[in-house]
Amino acid sequence: MAQAQRRRSTQSVNSWREFEVAADLLAETPGATTISSLREPQGHVSLAADTGDQENGDLEENDQTQLLEGEKQPPNFWTFSYHQSFFDVDTHQVLERIKNSLLPLPSQNFVRHCLRHHPDLYGPFWICATLAFTLAVSSNLATLLQNWREASFSYSPQFHKVTVAGITIYCYAWLVPTALWGFLQWRKGVGERVGCYTFLEIVCVYGYSLFIYIPTVVLWLIPVSGLQWFLGVFAVSLSGAVLLLTFWPLVRSDTKVVSAVLLIVVIALHALLAIGCKFYFFQSLPSRSIPVTQAPLRQVTPPGSSKTSAAP
Amino acid sequence: MAEADDRTFLGLSDVSISEDIPVEGEITVPMASHSQDEDYSTLDEPVKETIIRDLKAVGKKFVHVMYPKKSNALLRDWDLWGPLVLCVSLALMLQGGSADSKEDGGPQFAEVFVIIWFGAVVITLNSKLLGGTISFFQSLCVLGYCVLPLTVAMLVCRLVLLAGMGPINFLIRLIVVIAMFAWSTLASTAFLADSQPPNRKALAVYPIFLFYFVISWMILTFTPH
Repeated sequence: MAQAQRRRSTQSVNSWREFEVAADLLAETPGATTISSLREPQGHVSLAADTGDQENGDLEENDQTQLLEGEKQPPNFWTFSYHQSFFDVDTHQVLERIKNSLLPLPSQNFVRHCLRHHPDLYGPFWICATLAFTLAVSSNLATLLQNWREASFSYSPQFHKVTVAGITIYCYAWLVPTALWGFLQWRKGVGERVGCYTFLEIVCVYGYSLFIYIPTVVLWLIPVSGLQWFLGVFAVSLSGAVLLLTFWPLVRSDTKVVSAVLLIVVIALHALLAIGCKFYFFQSLPSRSIPVTQAPLRQVTPPGSSKTSAAP
Repeated sequence: MAEADDRTFLGLSDVSISEDIPVEGEITVPMASHSQDEDYSTLDEPVKETIIRDLKAVGKKFVHVMYPKKSNALLRDWDLWGPLVLCVSLALMLQGGSADSKEDGGPQFAEVFVIIWFGAVVITLNSKLLGGTISFFQSLCVLGYCVLPLTVAMLVCRLVLLAGMGPINFLIRLIVVIAMFAWSTLASTAFLADSQPPNRKALAVYPIFLFYFVISWMILTFTPH
């Protein structure tokens, strides 16, 4: 026991001495590389000094210092790896974030618990793209389902709706977070207790909160008006609740007026998007009722011709 | 002989050959001159041969798309002729749709072009940002070539529509488009999915699915005058 302890102590003394020797030698020859072999019992330090080739040593030092600096500095905006850091998510992480955007639990803040300072741009971008195309396709199908029994109805793909839907969704998903972030930064400057998320975290929250609209838009094909309104209200309230719970911790320490206004504006914009989409893309054309009332008054006009060909 | 080894070699100038012994051998080096001839010959060959060689390469890739096996031919020798031809023919066939007003109709020529090329670029960027190992143009090449089944579907749809509109007509078109959409997606996934990290394959495949879905939608909703 004592012998083992002594052996251990001598080994530690030897390694310390070896470190001292190496440090001294390095101080004398800055361009040297040290290789310490701990396998040998005495702990030799062998030194390979390239004093003749100063440029090599300088290059090595530069490489090492560059590597160390690279670990400390984030990559430049114009490099590919900077943007790659925003797509550093796995499949199960994306699915988990989508699931959490559908469940507003007061204990789980979306940004703190789900994102954990690791926002991604994959989710927001592709959810917005899917929503834009789904809106256009559903809108087209809804128009078709409503009017396909009309004799004068001629089907048209209405491809311009893709453009409109895309612009609307992407504007909402990028401009509103920008405005919100700017506002929160301003409030942070004014009062000390107000916190702020990073810009990308806000974009991430908004992007994932749009996910619920995808199944809503598909279900809006069912031409029952009451069901459509119920689905719309349900979707807005669910994703609105997630947004509220995300931003409440930030503004809770601010003045009551400001926090109330902010939260109301967030919910109002969210609801406005849903209502706008409902009215623009899923207009219910009053095609059936009008011919019945007009026929006894004006017998010259054939029934149902004036309204069905109107472009939505 | 040892002395000869010690001295530096002065070339053939100090070697004396007696006149009785005939000197035999070949002066030309076979391999070097043969490859030199080949390099010059592709420049001098007739244009028809160059075009036919390129057409054969494009045709071989079409065959690879229609019968997707795990081969590297599509990836290694990428070219963008095939995608260009397919894109132009698809955009041309999508013209002439019916519309009440000019903007209410199907996609314009430029819209089809933009969707296909911009969509392919975005998907390629997406797969590279997710950590894929495929190069930019290889991915564009694969995505472009895999539009071939959908172009065939468009051709079939136009032929079927010549027989008039109707529910059976629509059903045939629907089945054909769905089958070709599945073929395109599976073909491109077979080529591209291997280059992705294993825990992100679904993230890279979903945009490809969306891309071909949009093209299939444009084909299915095409209605002539």
